[in-house]
Amino acid sequence: MGSIWEYANPVKFSQTVSRFLAPVAITAGACLVVGLIWGFFFTPDDFRQGSTVKIIYLHVPSALMAINAWFMMLVTSLIWLVRRHHVSALAAKAAAPIGMVMTVIALLTGAIWGQPMWGTWWAWDPRLTSFLILFLFYLGYIALWEAIDDPDTAADLTSVLCIVGSVFAVLSRYAVNFWNQGLHQGASFARVEAVTGGDTTEKVSNVFFVPLLVCIAGFVLLFVALVLLRTRTEIHKRRTRALLARERLA
Amino acid sequence: MKALLLRDLKLAFRAGGGFGLGIAFFLIVVILVPFSVGPESSLLTKIAPGILWLGALLACLLSLDRILALDWEDGTLDLVATSPLPLEAVVSVKALAHWLTTGVPLVVAAPLFGVLLNLPAEGYIWLVTSLALGTPALSVIGTFGAALTVGIKRGGLLLSLLILPLYVPTLIFGAELARRGAEGQAVSTPLLMLAGITFGVIALLPFASAAVLRVNLR
Repeated sequence: MGSIWEYANPVKFSQTVSRFLAPVAITAGACLVVGLIWGFFFTPDDFRQGSTVKIIYLHVPSALMAINAWFMMLVTSLIWLVRRHHVSALAAKAAAPIGMVMTVIALLTGAIWGQPMWGTWWAWDPRLTSFLILFLFYLGYIALWEAIDDPDTAADLTSVLCIVGSVFAVLSRYAVNFWNQGLHQGASFARVEAVTGGDTTEKVSNVFFVPLLVCIAGFVLLFVALVLLRTRTEIHKRRTRALLARERLA
Repeated sequence: MKALLLRDLKLAFRAGGGFGLGIAFFLIVVILVPFSVGPESSLLTKIAPGILWLGALLACLLSLDRILALDWEDGTLDLVATSPLPLEAVVSVKALAHWLTTGVPLVVAAPLFGVLLNLPAEGYIWLVTSLALGTPALSVIGTFGAALTVGIKRGGLLLSLLILPLYVPTLIFGAELARRGAEGQAVSTPLLMLAGITFGVIALLPFASAAVLRVNLR
């Protein structure tokens, strides 16, 4: 086993993907099935929120992945700009639509939960607004990939856009916070002090938390599986194009 | 640098269509607002700072694809790129020229349009301040978008899609500054944040713009 950069070789990457894709996908599916069934059918209703609390098993993991997908794109974009590994740029391209779908899932499930709980589908709350802005960033990023023919130029331009966009996304997050105080509750994850500090009323209790963790693991693995699959598809697409071009020349 | 700036300014003034179109668009937006929300002066007073900011932002957006696209088409950009002037300076000058031909007229015209929207008297000074401080950021961010999309045929719509999310922080703090000024609240926080965004963007973004322009000129 050499350095991690060995996997920047497309052939090696494809081989590795072929070996790991099935196990990762199966584990993801198992985690999701177990986590969602456990969460939906075998947890008690919350005493205030009733059964709507169960949407947390879709909402929190998808929101988490929506942000982490962008973060992954930022890292792979930087790797592409510094080390010029094509696999890295293609992985960023492959992750963008997945991240966008996660953003949409988070927004939709949030709206479905918000209707009975807050009495509104949508409020201009900082978190909700930031997610809408994040969705726009994904949209622009994907549109830029689609608009440029030359793959290397597209990879360069989208990488710079991703970096600049990250800075502005963080900036927007704080600007939006300043602009309007929100309805949205604090992070469900701030649980450590709940155990140590004794103030458990505001946090997620263990009954809900364990299936939530399973669901999050499922979403993470699902994301990994999809990114690996889509990156491999992009590599194959690129190779097909090269082969076709060679044939035309011959 | 000076020659490039003068050339851009002259082109903007003489070529027709570009200069002044921004203000005309701004005026039309401001006129259309009372038609869509109704002519009650109390409502207009309330939304005037936000509408004026939004109108200025859209007017700015309208002229962005002119910053680099014309020079790209006739090959001027290749010539400028081979000159000893670094590309960072070129995009900075381009942004400055855009601000002088679009941003400054908007700042000057905004108080006049404030009258149409029944802006309260104490709001004018802060409206002008916020626009004067915020429009340079709009120009610099817009130049980045123009550099990104310069190689794309009919990239105007894509340019808007890419740039509008980047305009969010500037818009929030600019409009907040104008609104607080109009309502007589404390203005120092949004003022400082807006100034921070503008100067930060002026200092850093030309490097990103020059980088993407280099990729596009390759």
